[in-house]
Amino acid sequence: MKGLIHALEPAGPQAAHIASLWWFALALCALVFVAVLGALFVALRRAPRATGGTPPDVTSLHAPEPGARRSVIGAVALSSVGLIALLVASVATDRALAQLSLVDAIGIEVVGHQWWWDVHYDDADPSRTFSTANELHIPVGRPVLLTLKSDDVIHSFWVPNLHGKKDLIPGRTTTLQLQADKPGAYRGQCAEFCGAQHAFMAFLVIAEAPDAYQKWAEAQRKPAREPIDPEQARGRDLFLSGSCMLCHAIQGTPANGRKAPDLTHLASRTTLAAGRLANDAGNLRDWIEDPQRFKPGVNMPAHHVPEDQIKALVTYLRSLE
Amino acid sequence: MSDKPVFPPDRLDTQGAVAGETLDVAQLPSYVFGARGIMWWGTMGVVAIEGTVFAMAIATYFYLRTNGDTWPMGVPAPDLRWGVLNTLIMLASLLPNHWTLHRAKAHDLGRVRGGMLVCLVMGAAFILVRVFEFRTLNVSWDSNAYGSIVWMLLGLHTVHLLTDFGDTLVLYVLMLTGPLEGRRFVDVAENAEYWDFVVLAWLPVFATIYIAPRF
Amino acid sequence: MSATWDSTVNHQPLDRRDGATGATAATDELERTWSERPGLAGWICAVGHKSIGKRFIVTAFCFFVVAGLLAVAMRLQLARPDSKLIGPDLYNQIFTLHGTTMMFLFAVPVMQAMAVYLVPLMIGTRNSALPRMTAYGYWMYLFGGLMIFTAFAIDMSPDNGWFSYPPLAGPEYSSGKRSDFWAQLITFTEVSGLIVSVDLITTIFKLRAPGMTLARMPLFVWAMLVTAFMIIFAMPAVMLASTMLIMDRLVGTHFFNAAAGGDPLLWQHLFWFFGHPEVYFIFIPGLGFMSMIIATFARRPVFGRAAMVLSLIATAFFSFGLWVHHMFATNIPEVGKAFFTAMSMMIAIPTAVQIFCWIATLWKGRLHLRTPLYFILAFFFILLLGGLTGLILGAVPLDLQVHDTYFVVAHLHYVLIGGAVFPLFGAWYYWFPKITGRMMGERLGRWNFWLFFIGFNVAFYPMHHLGLAGMPRRVYTYGAETGWGPLNLLSTVGGAMIAVSVLLFIVNVVKSRRHGEPAGDNPWGAASLEWATASPPPACNFRAIPVVWSEEPLWEPLRRPTHVSGLAVDSREVVSTTVLDAQPDHRYHSPSPTPWPFIAAIATTVMFIASIFTPWAVVWGSIPIMIAMIAWFWPRAGETRKQLVLEKRP
Repeated sequence: MKGLIHALEPAGPQAAHIASLWWFALALCALVFVAVLGALFVALRRAPRATGGTPPDVTSLHAPEPGARRSVIGAVALSSVGLIALLVASVATDRALAQLSLVDAIGIEVVGHQWWWDVHYDDADPSRTFSTANELHIPVGRPVLLTLKSDDVIHSFWVPNLHGKKDLIPGRTTTLQLQADKPGAYRGQCAEFCGAQHAFMAFLVIAEAPDAYQKWAEAQRKPAREPIDPEQARGRDLFLSGSCMLCHAIQGTPANGRKAPDLTHLASRTTLAAGRLANDAGNLRDWIEDPQRFKPGVNMPAHHVPEDQIKALVTYLRSLE
Repeated sequence: MSDKPVFPPDRLDTQGAVAGETLDVAQLPSYVFGARGIMWWGTMGVVAIEGTVFAMAIATYFYLRTNGDTWPMGVPAPDLRWGVLNTLIMLASLLPNHWTLHRAKAHDLGRVRGGMLVCLVMGAAFILVRVFEFRTLNVSWDSNAYGSIVWMLLGLHTVHLLTDFGDTLVLYVLMLTGPLEGRRFVDVAENAEYWDFVVLAWLPVFATIYIAPRF
Repeated sequence: MSATWDSTVNHQPLDRRDGATGATAATDELERTWSERPGLAGWICAVGHKSIGKRFIVTAFCFFVVAGLLAVAMRLQLARPDSKLIGPDLYNQIFTLHGTTMMFLFAVPVMQAMAVYLVPLMIGTRNSALPRMTAYGYWMYLFGGLMIFTAFAIDMSPDNGWFSYPPLAGPEYSSGKRSDFWAQLITFTEVSGLIVSVDLITTIFKLRAPGMTLARMPLFVWAMLVTAFMIIFAMPAVMLASTMLIMDRLVGTHFFNAAAGGDPLLWQHLFWFFGHPEVYFIFIPGLGFMSMIIATFARRPVFGRAAMVLSLIATAFFSFGLWVHHMFATNIPEVGKAFFTAMSMMIAIPTAVQIFCWIATLWKGRLHLRTPLYFILAFFFILLLGGLTGLILGAVPLDLQVHDTYFVVAHLHYVLIGGAVFPLFGAWYYWFPKITGRMMGERLGRWNFWLFFIGFNVAFYPMHHLGLAGMPRRVYTYGAETGWGPLNLLSTVGGAMIAVSVLLFIVNVVKSRRHGEPAGDNPWGAASLEWATASPPPACNFRAIPVVWSEEPLWEPLRRPTHVSGLAVDSREVVSTTVLDAQPDHRYHSPSPTPWPFIAAIATTVMFIASIFTPWAVVWGSIPIMIAMIAWFWPRAGETRKQLVLEKRP
């Protein structure tokens, strides 16, 4: 799955605040590191060499060493100043992060599951809400208020290019405010160990121009496309008659399972299985036939169905744009 | 008496305020009571560990309480009757316990035996009453988190009651046998101090289990 | 009968007492008195701090090697993207066992093990205060470790990380017994850690040689005293938490079940209330090694001794105020976060004080550059870097980015390996001659050092970049498109270098044990008491207990009285002194060898393991433990009669 991923390549104000703090902290730490190791190096160079037989110098037990004392106190004082500077910078950045304006913010609820992301777009008008999975689209320049929940274990939502992470905790609701200023596809990944497939619980945040976003959102709000040929119709019938609908939902059909990603617009998404596979017909087919091959331990069972049926099923699912 | 320091090191100089090359400790006592003794520190170490466990368990109780919407979670608070009775018995047991402690320091074997026996009877009483306490908690450990933590608190303390009772019993039997070294009286004294801890640790646990849910 | 305890019989011929110069018969008898019994039975009965300490150190080192091999397995798996070498189920067991073993079976125990061996020698006594408890602690530790690796061998080892967060580790999401084994391992190691801590505190407070006031106590002993106190106040939290976890899983309590009023975050609070101090009780003994070794190889006392001691205490104190910085990504209130950030910055100050004092010591010293000092000098580079990244992690906004990424993996290894393992290797090179009587090979030592130092940085430095580039921790593999492949490969190369360097260490130990240059009493010309006796030390440690006049006793002229006399030679007697100023207080009869700690540990092990499967094991399993404990405590008539002769009432 392509997608930018780096904490120090900010694409929005939140990540930018953190990146600035990072560079400040790095400079400060580098200074301290060089100074201390420099002092150590000089100490090692200037001290004469000895052996185990060299008589120990115990004068310090009976006479104070004002020079060394002054140097140590000075060094500690300087370090403390550095620490206070870092503390102030940290608190200031924290403030800045909390001050992202939420005027006109888009509300998105993200629910973590083992091992995928359930995404719900809020709207004042309940008929305009919609669900998708493992992929968020957001308009550039507009704040986003994420409400984070978990359905099973603790997960953590993290898109390094946009913001730091926030945990999704069962029994609690957490929030995260972020905004993208540059269009692009940003990769996110679960950052809290959540079981067998923690490694493949990724997602994409696609920041796009406001009108592109609106277009995408409108498309997502629609129910699933009706089949337009017999093959697709057969695929849909298989979907609805088999075990698929126990877990998956396709809006506009009786399939209303909530244990697995909403497939209403599956074909519009970039990846399959939370970033594990590129979304194409071959991968989709392989995935349905043997998900354990790609994500050992995943909750989706294998479906070994006759050739013609799997073809129909894939054709139908590929039509759900 | 030779339990005074044999020499004060800081007042000793190279010329030797103490005669001879060596510091002779042969006349020092072979056992001591209280904080001077090794066993006291061992006992206090255990007390510190278990005290921390109690503190953590009580902190857990109040942490869970701040999380719950109602407290106790939809069940009545534990009945006061048995809890109060047991608190009174435990506090009363401090009396024979301290008496035993003092008699132990005086190496008064006969009275030590008597005191321990009284403590054991009281110990048996509070273990018995404890059974009724469990039965009147009015919640099961698997009903909700409130039930879990009150059972844990009461269970933790009960483990201490049982081990303390067992320790005392074993020591009592030992004091009936012979020959006895003098340092067995130190064991009796340490056991009495541990008994104090078990009783005193009960007070915050009692307050948490019985009083806190009423406020 | 009641008169027997009142016996005032205390007249003994002089040759029944130690300390008389030139009395070889007495010296031989003293040696016999303090020797362990021969054979396997003797091995099981051993209670001597040197016997227990040595096997403790060797056991901990074995766990270090095994956990290191698990790390090598992980590095091989991560060396390239989409690797199929190890599947997620096994990988998750491996990384869990690596962390759990390193933290619970290596880092904490090995420091205590070093202390069990060294502290009685450093403070000039003949055994630790509660040696049977220490033996029991060792056996519990060993059996706990054997249990978890047996579980690993039968594919039942824990797979939820060394932190074992519920609900993932709870009844609903971890079926089977894997998490229970983890929780019970915690119980084993905590019992051991706590017992040894009580022993160390008592030993340090009550058995110091006459004249060794607290002010004159070696800095390593100070470090272990502080550590032992920290363990006593930190470990109960995780013991309670792991008990709650096992109860949630076994009897249906709801401590961590959000649906029934519990809270997963409760676990995190309890775990990190222990977990953060734990880092410091691994690190503080390392600081103790630093101070001892630097003084010896700079040929002068450590500069700013009082500041060093206060820094140790301050570090311990602050370390209890940091736990929430492991939870910044949860919904902790903002005010709380600022407080914990400030604490995280503040704790750097005492460490800075110590680093500057050591540099001042080196600056004003004359340097004897040998392998132990090399390992110590590496501390400055590695720990400093780890400490600085620690400050970065303490700043909430930065933590939100790098938390739970490879940046943290880099940080914690810089801190723990730099702060504890490098000083520990230095300590092994330094005290090996004392323990075995032979020097370790200097040439192999240098190879060991440089391979470790370079390999370490090659392995862990790239992880900082990986973390910033978005690589989360605890992933069993990653896609090629992430671009994390090359740095991971580099890291694996570094890991291999570390493995080779540890192998060289083992070779050096094996070779030097048999063919090393004989060490003599004090090969490094050091100042502390353990170097005042033979290498290896005799069973009684000191033929006569020294009297201490200085904080650097072997570097200052002898003053009279030079040593203690009057302790029995035919009975294990030591002199107990007062807590603050170490004035002689009483003669303490040190417990003799016995098999009961071993038997009690077996009984406890049976109970702990059985309680993974049924809660009733707690009831019936307690009975054999009780019996063993009574037999352990019950005085033997022969021994009692012997003691009555020596007895003197207070």
